[in-house]
Amino acid sequence: MLSCHLAGIGLRAPGLSGWAESRAVLVGHETYRETAMPAVPEQSLLARNTVRRTTYTIRLTLQVAEEAMNAAAMPNAELASVFACSGGDASALDQIFNALTLPDRPVSPNQFNNSVHNAPAGYWSIATQSHHPSTSLSAYDGSFSAGLLEALGLLTTLRQAVLLIAYDVPPPPPLWVHRPIAAPYAVALLLTPKPAATHLGRLHLALAHGQAESRLEEVGLERLRGGNPAARSLPLLQIIARGRENRVVLPYLTDTLLSVRHQPC
Amino acid sequence: MPMHPLRLSAYTTLSALGRGKQATLGALHRERGGLRPCDFEDAELDTWIGRVEGVEEEPIRGELAPFDCRNNRLANLALHQDGFAERVATAVQRYGAQRIGVFVGTSTSGILATEQAYRTRDARTGRLPDSFVYQHTHNVFSAADFARRRLHLAGPTLAVSTACSSSAKVFATAYRHMQAGLCDAAVVGGVDSLCLTTLYGFKALGLLSHRLCQPWDGTRDGLNIGEAAGFALLEWAKPDDRGVALLGYGESSDAHHMSAVHPEGAGAQLAMQRALDKAGLRAEQVDYINLHGTATPANDVAEDRAVVRQFGTRPPCSSTKGWTGHTLGAAGITEAIISCMSIEQGLLPATLNTRTIDPRLSANLLLENRASPVAVVLSNSFGFGGNNCSLIFGNLRR
Repeated sequence: MLSCHLAGIGLRAPGLSGWAESRAVLVGHETYRETAMPAVPEQSLLARNTVRRTTYTIRLTLQVAEEAMNAAAMPNAELASVFACSGGDASALDQIFNALTLPDRPVSPNQFNNSVHNAPAGYWSIATQSHHPSTSLSAYDGSFSAGLLEALGLLTTLRQAVLLIAYDVPPPPPLWVHRPIAAPYAVALLLTPKPAATHLGRLHLALAHGQAESRLEEVGLERLRGGNPAARSLPLLQIIARGRENRVVLPYLTDTLLSVRHQPC
Repeated sequence: MPMHPLRLSAYTTLSALGRGKQATLGALHRERGGLRPCDFEDAELDTWIGRVEGVEEEPIRGELAPFDCRNNRLANLALHQDGFAERVATAVQRYGAQRIGVFVGTSTSGILATEQAYRTRDARTGRLPDSFVYQHTHNVFSAADFARRRLHLAGPTLAVSTACSSSAKVFATAYRHMQAGLCDAAVVGGVDSLCLTTLYGFKALGLLSHRLCQPWDGTRDGLNIGEAAGFALLEWAKPDDRGVALLGYGESSDAHHMSAVHPEGAGAQLAMQRALDKAGLRAEQVDYINLHGTATPANDVAEDRAVVRQFGTRPPCSSTKGWTGHTLGAAGITEAIISCMSIEQGLLPATLNTRTIDPRLSANLLLENRASPVAVVLSNSFGFGGNNCSLIFGNLRR
């Protein structure tokens, strides 16, 4: 059994603008409205001239990271990190693929930098000045579970706080047909080995087999969950929002699931 | 407390140097590198590449045919060399398929398939051809998924993609999963294949050399890109085990720049220091260093400073990028395996193509192969985004 404490959450998706704002929707006290994704505001983590070089995906990940870190009020430079994403920044890749069909193949050096899977992690480490280990990973539709396992592995071996960020963004049209991610979604969980000042409870992880994966009753939220690999985290966020001890089963690999028990403080 | 060593009970490597351990070792002994003038697809680039010959003629057939792409072909060839798949099958009997994890590093996975799809898409609608299979080719997880299915494994599985440190970091991820009890053994590996994205991307960054790359040379002017696949089976070392093992790993972030290294190599040194700490070793116990050594002017300076601060000018060092090219997401596993072969064979490879060492650099660089017994080797891998990983391998009977 792998365990940790939860010290902060960041969340952005259509109709879910921040953790505090989303709790009432997640527990069913307010109706979920699939509003358009709010524009990603100016980053406070990055310098203005650096922001210009980033993509929507990078800014979205930094926004949820900032929300989770602000909630926990911990020194940012003391965090290790895990960035879990099914397919990376398809918009940056789309521009490269288009450039490769043109005469002389004018690939933009900045888009090439942004196209690597760990681009958000690179920008995050620059913004926070964290020199700690950082893993960027994918396990296709099970990327959130894979990220949670790697984050707990880092937390256990390093005995320090780890920021997990899971995100995916719909790819541009030519790729979207082959990978129809329905809406952007990003979540950040700040995980600590000991209870922090802002304590959102404990998480206990175990691999599971042959069980049914948890779903959401609310139709719109369930559609969001099924339409984005990172949104497979929603059932977990729901039981955290409810604040009563509970367990969810999240998808991981074709034959393996991840059981997560939340224990409020 | 040093980490409990992880024995590499089987491993295999595939690169421009050759297919399998014997071919690779033969090329190393004969000092015959694997680079050639760029002849990949219709790329018109004045550079050298490390291309694996014959991949075009080796499609993936059978039930895993949807995975067919250059990247997975490299993985497929590697998994069937050196009796690797057979050794994994034996491990499955011992541990059970669910208890063996799969952790594979890649930078660009099978995106060559998407490049080709864009070039043949419908001119009117922009649609990509129906034959394009995104999930099993382009997606980052594809090679890890492929290896898991090919080896009939059912343990925890993920792809690490941190650019050029990807397949060094899989050793750390495997250790974490084993230490947490999520699996009892792990297959780690790395696969990256030539594609136009990286060739033209590195060209755009002004980092491709028009000549054979020359790490540490005073006239070095950039890197050559290569492709490779490699895998290793990791098991907890037992008291009377022989062979080579992972003794330590160290990871760090530069927190400096997306594609430029920290000029003093601060993050690189932190990774090396953490690897020594994890192994419970002192700097003077390291017998040989396999450098990241990309041969770009700035990277070699930063790594040289970091190595000399940490180790002084004593330990012999070399970069093997002049043999294989920079195999990006596969560089970590390729150089991890060359490091293990150095321990098993007592052969320290030369820094091929390098003639005159840059007078501003002071690490003890090997310009010729050296026959010398070594017990402990450190291997460096540093990637875009300032993502660093150093690994320490050693002889279990040292």
